[in-house]
Amino acid sequence: MSLERPLTRNVRPDRSPTDLAAYEANGGYQGLRAAVGRLSPADCLQVLKDSNLRGRGGAGFPTGMKWSFVPMGENPVDASGRPAHKYLICNADEMEPGTFKDRLLLECDPHQLIEGMICAAYTIQADIAYIFIRAEYHKAAALLREAIAACEEKGYLGRNILGSDYSLTMHVHSSAGRYICGEETALISSLEGKRANPRAKPPFPQVSGLWGRPTIVNNVETLCNVHHIIERGAEWFQSLGLTADAGTKLYGVSGRVKNPGCWELPMGTPVREIIEDYAGGMEDGYRLRGFLPGGGSTDFLVEEHLDLAMDYDTIGKAGSRMGTGTMIILDDRTCPVGFVKNLTEFFARESCGFCTPCRDGLPWSAQVLDDIENGRGIPEDLDTLQRQVEFIGAIGNTHCALAPGAMEPIQSALRYFRADFERHIDGAGCPYCDGGQH
Amino acid sequence: MPSIRIDGVTYEVEAGRNLLETCLSLGLDLPYFCWHPAMGSIGACRQCAVVQYLDEESEQAERGRIVMGCMTPVTDGAIFSLSGDKARHFREAIVESLMLNHPHDCPVCAEGGECHLQDMTVMVGHRDRHYRGRKNTHRNQYLGPLIHHEMNRCITCYRCTRYYRDYAGGTDLAALASHDHVYFGRHAEGVLQSEFAGNLVEVCPTGVFTDKTLVEDYTRKWDLQSAPSVCTGCAVGCNTLPGERYGRLKRVHNRFNADVNGYFLCDRGRFGAGFVNSDKRLLYPGLRLADGRYDALHHHGALQHMQQMCRTGKVAGIGSPRASVEANFLLQTLVGANNFAPGFSEQEQPLVDLALALQQDSRAVIPDIRSIESADAVLILGEDVTNTAPRIALALRQSVRNKAYEMAAHLGLETWQDAAIRNLAQDQRSPLYIAAVADTRLADVATRNLSLAPGGVAALGAAVAALISGEEPEDLPPHLREQAGQIAAALSAARRPLLISGTGTGSAAAMQSAAAVTEALCAAGSQAMLCLVVPEANSLGQAMLTGPDAPGLATLRERAESGELDTLVVLENDLYRRGSADSIDRLLQAFSNVIVLDGMDNATTSSASLVLAAASFAETDGTLVSLEGRAQRHYPVFLPPQERHPSWVWLLACMKELERPEVRSLHHFDDITRSCGARIPALAGITAASPDYHYRNVGVKIPRQPPRYSGRTAMRADRSVHERMQPSDEESPLAFTMEGLNRSVPGALLPWVWAPGWNSNQSLHKFQSEVGGPLQGGTAGVRLLQPGNPVSAAGLSVDTVTAPAEPGHWLLVPRQHIFGSDELSALSPAIAELAEPGYIALRSADAAALGVSPGDGVVAGNALATLAVRVDDSLAEGCAAYPAGLAGTENLHPLDRVELRRAENWQRPPEVIGSDGGARLRGARPRGARPRGARPGGGDV
Repeated sequence: MSLERPLTRNVRPDRSPTDLAAYEANGGYQGLRAAVGRLSPADCLQVLKDSNLRGRGGAGFPTGMKWSFVPMGENPVDASGRPAHKYLICNADEMEPGTFKDRLLLECDPHQLIEGMICAAYTIQADIAYIFIRAEYHKAAALLREAIAACEEKGYLGRNILGSDYSLTMHVHSSAGRYICGEETALISSLEGKRANPRAKPPFPQVSGLWGRPTIVNNVETLCNVHHIIERGAEWFQSLGLTADAGTKLYGVSGRVKNPGCWELPMGTPVREIIEDYAGGMEDGYRLRGFLPGGGSTDFLVEEHLDLAMDYDTIGKAGSRMGTGTMIILDDRTCPVGFVKNLTEFFARESCGFCTPCRDGLPWSAQVLDDIENGRGIPEDLDTLQRQVEFIGAIGNTHCALAPGAMEPIQSALRYFRADFERHIDGAGCPYCDGGQH
Repeated sequence: MPSIRIDGVTYEVEAGRNLLETCLSLGLDLPYFCWHPAMGSIGACRQCAVVQYLDEESEQAERGRIVMGCMTPVTDGAIFSLSGDKARHFREAIVESLMLNHPHDCPVCAEGGECHLQDMTVMVGHRDRHYRGRKNTHRNQYLGPLIHHEMNRCITCYRCTRYYRDYAGGTDLAALASHDHVYFGRHAEGVLQSEFAGNLVEVCPTGVFTDKTLVEDYTRKWDLQSAPSVCTGCAVGCNTLPGERYGRLKRVHNRFNADVNGYFLCDRGRFGAGFVNSDKRLLYPGLRLADGRYDALHHHGALQHMQQMCRTGKVAGIGSPRASVEANFLLQTLVGANNFAPGFSEQEQPLVDLALALQQDSRAVIPDIRSIESADAVLILGEDVTNTAPRIALALRQSVRNKAYEMAAHLGLETWQDAAIRNLAQDQRSPLYIAAVADTRLADVATRNLSLAPGGVAALGAAVAALISGEEPEDLPPHLREQAGQIAAALSAARRPLLISGTGTGSAAAMQSAAAVTEALCAAGSQAMLCLVVPEANSLGQAMLTGPDAPGLATLRERAESGELDTLVVLENDLYRRGSADSIDRLLQAFSNVIVLDGMDNATTSSASLVLAAASFAETDGTLVSLEGRAQRHYPVFLPPQERHPSWVWLLACMKELERPEVRSLHHFDDITRSCGARIPALAGITAASPDYHYRNVGVKIPRQPPRYSGRTAMRADRSVHERMQPSDEESPLAFTMEGLNRSVPGALLPWVWAPGWNSNQSLHKFQSEVGGPLQGGTAGVRLLQPGNPVSAAGLSVDTVTAPAEPGHWLLVPRQHIFGSDELSALSPAIAELAEPGYIALRSADAAALGVSPGDGVVAGNALATLAVRVDDSLAEGCAAYPAGLAGTENLHPLDRVELRRAENWQRPPEVIGSDGGARLRGARPRGARPRGARPGGGDV
């Protein structure tokens, strides 16, 4: 049986973008027609809830439930009597280390995202939508702008979409280039022209988001699923997954594998199958020591976890997170301390600087890792790192999830690769270094 | 009331509060940085972490999660632990993290000894430093003459920008960069533009923003002798805590008053007391000799001359709206009410009398500042409050947020959830309409700014009043009719509408129309508020003392010229600021003897036959009546040196010499206050402004010096090794010692805030009834104006002044300046540096018609003044603005119609860069050149 790949069905081998005509020719905008033409927003929401679609940005929060908190009805809550705008925002600020799945969807099939967004916006009755896109994805941004213009011309966007009462304006906004903009409330702050600082919740954006109005922020991949689900139903979507989690997932592998890349596979595909069958296994001469299953801010898993299914719950139970589903492989010739140091320096640099544990704790952790890696470590440093993990690593200790995520590779590296840390300290240098060079 | 459990103890607590403020109110020490009682919570520093348990079972098992006290609402049944290991270790780790890059320069830091960061570090028990990396460092910025910047000390709590931008509306201080490089400063070096920048000194929990005037003349908090005082910079009556050491006033801190200034002062108030240290202060009485020089006298000699001059019986007195009620009362008693002028200018006297009459005869509420903050619709008629009563402007910036609080309540957000509420409300504000001669500093938060000549302002107010009463206003241009309609609708719809006007523009009609609007609102059943701004610290008290029939300066002159009067006693008043030089010369020349009591060498003291050196507000007791009619007592912070004495002491002694029966039973300051209260009905309440001399706290007096006051035995060791007896204070319950108790004292007597473990001003909550609430000992001051009086219809006729239609003529309108328009604060070096040179502002079309451009000179009237031209297109048509009280404008009078012409032979002033000698700027300045306004002999630091 050939696999069903709804998200990447328009992705061509040469990665050339699919234009509106080609998109329509391949059944495009049928989901939108179904939604706007036949279904009420409440119907759409119900299908979404039934489908068990979970957020593909990393947290895995059930999408339907998230949307159900948006105030609905003729006059959504607005104490000031302001025009009751609601917003849908696509989070296309893909900056998680090792993650490149959204880029594939954005560059190869922009209309899929737009159709998904229109259906999502229709479901929550948003009248303005933004695509908040990573500045480096300028090619995708240009394609999206073109696609939006084409849709406006075609009546898929703008006033009275497909002759209905529903109207939607869509904008592309290029990010200023901070990792923290991927956090939904920091993204909203940034979109408002403010410092990209996350916001405390509650109130949640569903109630008080962009410009203080009800707002939904979803990841690119999540939104790309929406119209497929509306068009083909919750049961179809559920049937795509191999385990309890529904749908397909874009999985990626980077590191010393023969064929690094990104593939749409059924949700719950075993890790080993992704690494060995699709990524072609390890490069010759390299052995797998561990992997970050879902980007830079997830805990290491090791060889014993290779037969686990890549879904939210299974990976969670193993002590990590599926995150974005794009794995980074640690091989046996790369120094785990240097690997973690590199990541920690990234996260420390990308801290918005708002709360203390993240702003000052991450640079401290990076400093300790740098000391260990460069032969200046002392045995107490491992205690310091462990304390930092407990201090920074828990959600709630910090203002947002950046720092807890950043500590995940450190805490799991201390668990799985502790001997490597000790060898650095005992030998006053990096054992992976060759004459001082990595 | 929710019931919560903290460390096994159950407390009944106030609903709607967060856990941090609840803990502090309960007396539990929970460390914090970013939260501020006036600014609420944002959850940035993570210092107030506690452990919350889901239920009793998890409490038993000690399985709780870390939550931030400041972000956690108190809910019934909630279980917390402050003292458990998990919470303690977390809080300790926070301080350790905050200290990674801190320079540990406490010995050379101006904050040392009153540093919240020091206190919190000790409180959490952090001692051992584990971090071995390098510290980040920053460059500091020159931020003007008021604020010293030392960015390396920053712990990134965001309080500064939250205060400066969110609370005070400033735009030129921001959080810049990110991660552990966050920098709080300006985009480029330069003077901070907010009139409220000085509060950064108290808002910053460490030594990033410190008081530059203190840094340059430094003393630790523990070595400051201080006493409760009242700001003399304007009529608001903010409560202050000036601190002294070695006979110099070192700094002014905020003294909390829940109803008046709360936690914040304006920069005139904080930095405007520097004149106390001026070398222009008089130290001895002086008798003018025939050659015009003065002979220094001992006080006995001075009194001898004074009583001789006063024995003629033909004595007149000119009081002062910047002197205390008591000193004015004594002078009035000495000369008799018929011979006593209150000391206002001819233009100002009827305006202040009117302001008092309108408030006395009003059904409206006369609001304190806390009530102003609660206003949900505001109309300002004419007054530029940022420059005349600055603390009110700061309050108005909070009042426009009432819309946001309304929206927040709809979502179930509490008022302390600051970030959430700002994100929700964005730019939604309660209505604030401003009609003034030009845009004011509140323009950015106003619903609408209307530029109108004073007559137009009054006409608009009258129209609003008519519309509220359901009448159609007459003779109003259509665009104003529309505005008036909107304003009337907004005020009518509000629950707590507020009208603000005042004497600042010199227009009686504006105040009358404001009163008419409140009257119309009251008639419609609204709880309207009326706030009328008067110019000086005791203007209103002076009007209460003298009444509307008191003679003015011109009357006294005429009577002296007729021989009816021959001796003039001037109390703390530089008359040359009250009228043109010619008119004051004539006034003084009409008397054969002129006795002047004042603290500062000025044009009036230089014209006196006898000068008596008078103590400043910081060296004497006094009662001042603020613009809301609040009588407040200030106390001497230190005693004046040499032969400088409080005015009331001079006057009382003179009257004793004269054996005047009225003062036979007056021996102490309190006796004067009592006598004044008994004799002047409007001031009957002033004895209740503060406890009298006999008040004792648990049997002892209240110390002006904190327990850690040091070096008293060594202060004079260069002259004598014997410790001098501390001076005794025979006039108040305060003592010039460190012995005594400062606990639960009346609010009016609080000399400093300090509590065990809380060395900084954050210790204030230990003196409050609850966090943010009034002082435990009660709010200082007593209100003399009782609201709800029936209105007298006679007061409500609106007389409008219109701009001249005559070409080549303009209506002169005064613009007040926070830095420069006030007499005494302008003599403080830091304020003087910020004061601008005089100018005449014109609309660009008017400037073009006169053939002048900015920087050119323009002559007003018959050589009344020659000033540089400024262009302000927000000015009302037909108006030319000049800065009131600034050099070169002495002969210009409000609402005069004058001809303007281009000045010939005008030399454009050089471009001046304000600077206190910031290192790079100093390098660029020619040797010997001193920045404008720098203190003579102050030198570069």
